[in-house]
Amino acid sequence: MQTSGRDASGSDAQASHALGIRARLRLDWPGFRLEVDEQLPARGVTALFGHSGSGKTSLLRCIAGLEHAAEGEIRFNGEVWQDTTTWVPTHQRPIGYVFQEASLFPHLSVLGNLRYGQRRRRGRGAVAADSATGRFSLEQAIELLGIGHLLKRRPAALSGGERQRVGMARALAVSPRLLLMDEPLAALDLKRKLEILPYLERLHDELEIPVLYVSHAPDEVARLADHILIMDAGQVQASGPLNQVLSRLDLPIRLGEDAGVVLDGQVAERDERWHLLRVTCCSAGLWTRDTGAKIGEHVRLRILARDVSITREPSHESSIQNTLPAKILSLGDDSHPALRLVKLEISGSPVLARVTRRSAEQLGLAPEQWVYAQIKAVALL
Amino acid sequence: MFLSDTDLEAIALTLRLAGVTTLILFALGTPIAWWLARTRSRWKGPVGAVVALPLVLPPSVLGFYLLVTLGPNGPVGAMTEALGIGLLPFTFWGLVVGSVFYSLPFMVQPVQNAFEAFGERPLEAAATLGASPLDRFFTVALPLALPGFVTAGILSFAHTVGEFGVVLMIGGNIPGLTRVASVQIYDYVEALEYGNAHRLAGVLLVFSFLVLLALYSWRPDRRRA
Repeated sequence: MQTSGRDASGSDAQASHALGIRARLRLDWPGFRLEVDEQLPARGVTALFGHSGSGKTSLLRCIAGLEHAAEGEIRFNGEVWQDTTTWVPTHQRPIGYVFQEASLFPHLSVLGNLRYGQRRRRGRGAVAADSATGRFSLEQAIELLGIGHLLKRRPAALSGGERQRVGMARALAVSPRLLLMDEPLAALDLKRKLEILPYLERLHDELEIPVLYVSHAPDEVARLADHILIMDAGQVQASGPLNQVLSRLDLPIRLGEDAGVVLDGQVAERDERWHLLRVTCCSAGLWTRDTGAKIGEHVRLRILARDVSITREPSHESSIQNTLPAKILSLGDDSHPALRLVKLEISGSPVLARVTRRSAEQLGLAPEQWVYAQIKAVALL
Repeated sequence: MFLSDTDLEAIALTLRLAGVTTLILFALGTPIAWWLARTRSRWKGPVGAVVALPLVLPPSVLGFYLLVTLGPNGPVGAMTEALGIGLLPFTFWGLVVGSVFYSLPFMVQPVQNAFEAFGERPLEAAATLGASPLDRFFTVALPLALPGFVTAGILSFAHTVGEFGVVLMIGGNIPGLTRVASVQIYDYVEALEYGNAHRLAGVLLVFSFLVLLALYSWRPDRRRA
């Protein structure tokens, strides 16, 4: 919640601690054990991130009530879904679930699919209409995912991307209080994926219910997640606000090709002459290539560690446009013995920098020092 | 008239028997098929084998055991008598019981295959959309298995029409009551009335061919979402 900047007020953070999803689970299978004891936030998108076989989908299925063998406890906003004496069956949990392969009903039209859940769930298990949990009407779900022109078709006549959008609309049309998404983009090729990502970003911006988003794709996580839970071999390796986890020096998390952080910002200024945008982010301004984003638009920035270098003095004769004062928080080892990762703080936000071990030595870098971070490239996500 | 009244009576009886048997099999075979398709019980193998037995067992063996079981000294026979139903052998309902056993695999196996083909996923999707187990069965499992039901119904019906050994064992040869078309042909041959046998046999041949032609030409919409 601290990373989003949009809704980071102290009272929100406190309230969400009492709410949210409590999952203490154990699931034993031959050769695999899932063991989780976590509190997940009541708002925003939480990415369940890990390799295939790490247990992230199993965890999602447990929360949905699709794994009957799981032992433990699941509470949602204080409501017991599972403990030693209670088992709320899947069809009575107020969830929406998006499967990896859409799993539309082939014998129903698109509209029939959308209505299937809407008829059964609406008014049952869902909360009162005036609460701020983001009730979705069927029309809103259709509009949000841009599937109005597909309603009469059969699922067999849809493309993979269209099917997945219908799957998402179907899950939203039940007015869930918790949205569970199991790698909704994994079965799609790159083109379809790029077609759907904007819809997911809209969901992220407009949905007020918590979303658990299973993924093994770092780029999806960077674009969509507010929180992250990293899983490996059935265990949780780390969890927390996205940037706190990404900037940890002891975790080998790579955003795509490299270590880096993701920051939320807002487009403040456009420099027509040089085709640049100034994005305010953690009270600093960063120049980046003009992607056509509108002034005032909320955007996400990705800053990779390899694009950040460190100087002791502000350099005025440099090709690098973004030079900002930064405080060194800690230093850590990198994947190669010649390199070190430096965790910096720029106006309250953690940023990673990569330097050679030799230059770290020569500059005498140490925690608590003030230095200048030269940021060579900022990617708008 | 091409066929005699006795022939028409035998054909009507055959169709009635096959129809009633198929209807009973829909009701009886569906839960068995559902259970076999979903269960992880160690009884799945034995139950599946018992259901499949009529495929390999000589009909006379099945008919013999049914006759013994349903007869006055058999456990079921004693029960039906105590219940005031009387004895089933050599009655129409005795034939129905025999036919149900005889055609059971032709109902259970196509339906089971259809249930297995779509897997857990559509049912899970329905559950996440708020459908109770019974609701899921009727609104998702049955429609998705519809091609399997059509195949199973046709096969069960046609197989019952083609029954001979079981009928002869437990039904005997009572005109209008248990004398079905196949038994009627047997009678004609026994009496060396080859002309009559030809006519009825021809009708059955054409009927069977048309049923199978319909079954094999029918292409259900197998495209999947």
